[in-house]
Amino acid sequence: MRPMTNPNQNSPLAECDRPRALIITAPGINCDGELGLAFMEAGAAPTSVLLSDLIKRPTIVDDFALIGLPGGFSYGDDGGAGRVVAQLIRKGLYGALSAAIERGVPMIAPCNGFQIAVQAGLLPGPGSGENWPDVPARPTVALAPNEAGRFRDDWTGIEIPSESRCIWTAGIEGIDPEVMVLPSAHGEGRFVTSTEVLADLERSGRIALRYTVQDHFNGSRDRVAGICDASGLIFGLMPHPERYTRWSQHPTWTRLDPSVRSGDTVGLMMFKNAVRQALAAVG
Amino acid sequence: MSTATAVSSLMTATVHRIEVHRRPEAGDPAADALRRDAAGLPDALIPSSVACAAVYLLEGALTDSELVRIAEELLADPVMQSAVIGAAAPAADQVVIEVHPLPGVMDPAAASIATAIAALVGEDRGSGIVVRTGRRYTFGGIDAEAGRELATRLLANPVIHAIHTEPYQPTSFPVGHHQPFEVRDVPLRELDAPALERLSREAHLFLSLDEMLTIQSHYQSLGREPREIELETLAQTWSEHCVHKTLKATIEYHEPADLAERGAVSIRESVEDRPGHSLVADGGVLIDNLLKSTVAAATHRLMAEGLDDWCLSVFVDNAGIVGFDEDSAVCMKVETHNHPSAIEPYGGAATGIGGCIRDIMGTGLAAKPIAATDVFCVGTDSPSGVPNGCIHPHRILGEVVGGVRDYGNRMGIPTVNGGVWFDDRYIGNPLVYCGCVGVMPRTAIEGDAIPGDRIIAMGGRTGRDGIHGATFSSAELTDTHADEFSHAVQIGNAITEKVTLDAVLEARDHVDGCLFTAITDCGAGGFSSAVGEMGEKIGAEVQLEKAPLKYDGLTPVEVWISEAQERMVLAVPAEKVAAVAAICEGHGVEWCDLGVFGTPERELILRWDDVEVGRIGMAFLHDGVPMPVRKAVWDPSWAAQEAGGEDPGVEAQPKIADTAGLFDAAAALLSHPNLASKAWIVRQYDHEVQGGSVVKPFVGPNAGPGDAAIVRPVPTSPKGLAIGNGLATGLARDPYEMGLAAIDECVRNMVCVGADPSQIAILDNFCWPSCDDPRNLGSLVRAAEACLDGGIAYGTPFISGKDSLNNQFTTDEGRTIRIPPTLLISGMGIVEDESLATTMDAKRPENRLVIIGETTDRLGGSHFVRVGGAVASGRDELPTVDLERGPRTAKAVHAAIKQGLVRSAHDASEGGLLVAAIEMAFAGGLGVEVQLDMVPVRGEGVSDVARAFAEDPCRYLLEVEERDLEALAASLDGLPHAVIGRFTEAGPDGGEIVVSSGEFGVSSELAARFQNAWEKGCDR
Repeated sequence: MRPMTNPNQNSPLAECDRPRALIITAPGINCDGELGLAFMEAGAAPTSVLLSDLIKRPTIVDDFALIGLPGGFSYGDDGGAGRVVAQLIRKGLYGALSAAIERGVPMIAPCNGFQIAVQAGLLPGPGSGENWPDVPARPTVALAPNEAGRFRDDWTGIEIPSESRCIWTAGIEGIDPEVMVLPSAHGEGRFVTSTEVLADLERSGRIALRYTVQDHFNGSRDRVAGICDASGLIFGLMPHPERYTRWSQHPTWTRLDPSVRSGDTVGLMMFKNAVRQALAAVG
Repeated sequence: MSTATAVSSLMTATVHRIEVHRRPEAGDPAADALRRDAAGLPDALIPSSVACAAVYLLEGALTDSELVRIAEELLADPVMQSAVIGAAAPAADQVVIEVHPLPGVMDPAAASIATAIAALVGEDRGSGIVVRTGRRYTFGGIDAEAGRELATRLLANPVIHAIHTEPYQPTSFPVGHHQPFEVRDVPLRELDAPALERLSREAHLFLSLDEMLTIQSHYQSLGREPREIELETLAQTWSEHCVHKTLKATIEYHEPADLAERGAVSIRESVEDRPGHSLVADGGVLIDNLLKSTVAAATHRLMAEGLDDWCLSVFVDNAGIVGFDEDSAVCMKVETHNHPSAIEPYGGAATGIGGCIRDIMGTGLAAKPIAATDVFCVGTDSPSGVPNGCIHPHRILGEVVGGVRDYGNRMGIPTVNGGVWFDDRYIGNPLVYCGCVGVMPRTAIEGDAIPGDRIIAMGGRTGRDGIHGATFSSAELTDTHADEFSHAVQIGNAITEKVTLDAVLEARDHVDGCLFTAITDCGAGGFSSAVGEMGEKIGAEVQLEKAPLKYDGLTPVEVWISEAQERMVLAVPAEKVAAVAAICEGHGVEWCDLGVFGTPERELILRWDDVEVGRIGMAFLHDGVPMPVRKAVWDPSWAAQEAGGEDPGVEAQPKIADTAGLFDAAAALLSHPNLASKAWIVRQYDHEVQGGSVVKPFVGPNAGPGDAAIVRPVPTSPKGLAIGNGLATGLARDPYEMGLAAIDECVRNMVCVGADPSQIAILDNFCWPSCDDPRNLGSLVRAAEACLDGGIAYGTPFISGKDSLNNQFTTDEGRTIRIPPTLLISGMGIVEDESLATTMDAKRPENRLVIIGETTDRLGGSHFVRVGGAVASGRDELPTVDLERGPRTAKAVHAAIKQGLVRSAHDASEGGLLVAAIEMAFAGGLGVEVQLDMVPVRGEGVSDVARAFAEDPCRYLLEVEERDLEALAASLDGLPHAVIGRFTEAGPDGGEIVVSSGEFGVSSELAARFQNAWEKGCDR
């Protein structure tokens, strides 16, 4: 276990008040650094733990108020993006993670994390009012290779559906379109599902994020960029909000008007939402 | 969902086969991409339908139900895929073509899939399962032979792949067999010179006769024959690749007596200013250790003049290190991986970046890689012919990009900057430059193995792969090299390197302090180089049988010199080995204890169990290589004839007579592949992973070409690091001017984004045709002299470098294709605070366009000439760098940026200032008015064409608010500059480019035309 040191000495939160965030790492996970940093900037205290250690001792999860399943190329994405880690989680950590959600722990799964979550039975999760099943559900949505057949790193405009239940994106509205953006970097991010599942997700407010029409670059069905579970606590998305927590990460920040470039970025807002939720859950 | 079990499946076989097909509703982008790629092939090879499937071969005892579970629950995603156990039968008009890795070739997916299978069916059932993966293509409308040909052209490389024309299901996987070995002596004490040369060539040692003679007399004095492993160790350690014996040689350089009168810089006449240089009787110049007397001399001079506190480690480690802030240092290394990339571009490029990343991991006591930069030099997309034994440059570039993408992205290292230079002389010998930047605590900048430390190897297993890579890279390529040296080529496994990195950093940052005393990577020469270097001062004793192997049957020599990827060697005090082991095991990293550092006689002692297989004194190994005096001749007319450089199929254009001609030339320049957008490449790289990005490769609302990248090495600090490159191969006619221009461009790129020119460190990377030819060596000397003069003038110390000096290809017809001499200057510069970050996209209408620096009519070597422009619009001479003004201009621009006077900045380089101004305008979604009459010029009668398109170095374009013009002029302190235009509001059709010219009048054109040319010029 590697607790990350807090660089932000003048943070309003004392160290002991910071909710603890669990960053799950595995071979090939490589966005754990920026995910930890985003949690830290939002007021949490992140700790990285190897998946193999968690599987040996799943009760570690109980010590945390927030969970991050970072992006990367877990196990090289061999056999399919996120495939191997999803298998390991189904076998050894699904119970602990679903229990954490049941006790109100917010969880974010960007990029490879999203690909893992949909195959590990964590997303889209059980219907509203239903309990988490004991055995992880078979996948009903998938992230297929991008329409253009290649990896792409780009920033895209995003939309948050008004009916979304996602606690991570709650209250993010009225943002200048120029900065209502997130970075994506993936080869397999095309959201695929059946018409029935899509309709169910829409009906139940589980579509949490869409690409704008203009920036819809990977061919996702219904422009879906991210979904959440019925509780709104688990947020899986292809873009990387953890790479947009300061203004100088914005692709054209050097020309943004100071009035636009003020307050929190959209990415940081999401993490602050979750930290608030975690503090409330504890309180 | 049900899994079909095809009739052809052999359920009794111990190798099971599972196919994973895509469901039609999920689409098949890989098949779409293949269809696009196939479009250029002869009709007979173009299939009417394509379907791709993954093939998994599993060896081991599995029950039918386990097999179905593996297929359904693991390998096939229920939403988008379906599985077949065995092989789906093709329709009558279809053929099946399969591509599988050859035995012994790394199959990175195999281990991951085996891990998941063990999780699914249980460790006890799954632990012995061996996995291999392959790809199946089902083609309609072509026969098997056409299918094989299609696969050969687009899908497989015979060096690493087998192509099958039916579903492949072997009955067992080939395995290595342990063989008893003998310690072989190589009798050479009695050989004559021709026999020694023959031995060197036939054993792939690539040692010169001088070197063979030195070895012979050494063993004569020892009174015994060398053992095979000793000879191999010497060959690896003494290879050009490892010891840089050309750059470190004493060189006698000759140049024409009237060189200065011809307007070129004479080395002879400036010999007094050059350390280590002396005149010899016949008008030649004797240079004692070229590298030390030029590149390194610049650094040492600058360090003596005050940069010694900043330069923390130069030329001695895997990468050069400079200070970053109070606690941290940054390091940088740029490598080439040219020869492997010529034969297997994907694997060659991937292992190139992988090796460069390991250099950073192996610098000091380990640095963390934070950014990568890649520059490729390749043939054009439509060369006049592709010689036998060469891969088409279009495919080379595509696969090189794929290799860098897959390795860099998997490692989680952002590729932030790069470039591609097209020239058909790279057709047999593409250049793949891979650079990597790391950050480390200042406490970790130095490490030294201590006698008694254990030799701990970490990471990948050792196999037969990559044998003779170091000697191979030092040889010249011929059309038979693909067959002869296929074992030198390999496929990397980025995930093995990533977990090794995780483990190394955890060991470095251990609560009890760093757990190791030294670290280096296994690169060229494998263990032989790594252990040999770490133990140079103290000796080492190695137990070769301890190395974990990929398969049985390797001889001690093979273990010792294998260049299998993803391996690091650490010197670990014995009492800390257990802690290192625990960290490795946590991360799933294999490790082994190979022996001990320190021997009484400072020797390298190699054993296999109890048998001594080799023993060499470290003194002879490291200091024994003879350094003969080499002759270098600078022959300007030969160099001019060699330079050539017109693109195939480009028609000479008549002299430009009106503004329409100016616009046509500007559009042609923007679509020249050297200038055109590399978005298809750049966007395949994750340039933002780690979250440190501040200035990205593309800037502005229309994603224009940024000059350099900025990242935050310490994510929580707003201090930045700029990363940029300079390459001026167009000026190869005189590598002295080419070298200066590359340094100037590298500096300008970084200054434009906000770097402080007094805190820029640079790296040299020479790729040259064979320097056994004195004329090529003469050209190399001139480039090295430019490094001396340019490094000192710009105050930019060289901190590391690399060379690859045998880049030429001999065709089966006996024609030798030499690459143009190519000097890449890479650099990193401190950006004091990210608030100084400046980008090249024009920000606001009415802001003024200011040029700093003078323009001449020297059009020689320019892109304008390469796209067919008439050189008669100016003079056919090379532009030159002013070593007084160039550095002063860089400082002045930085001062202006610090004063907040600069809204955007762009270097006017490839294509000239009009092209650069247009780029600024369209990147920012604006228009621009450019008055060519206002451009400050040097010399009489500089035409408007030259003003627009000359590529004089040392020039910057700045966007400045009108109210700041006076302050800017004051801060420029007399440097030539002028307001040459203003940016304008975009109309309904976007921005407009208005050019006014005394010769041609005023005319306008939509910016969209130029943006489109730039975006499409190199797109795929």
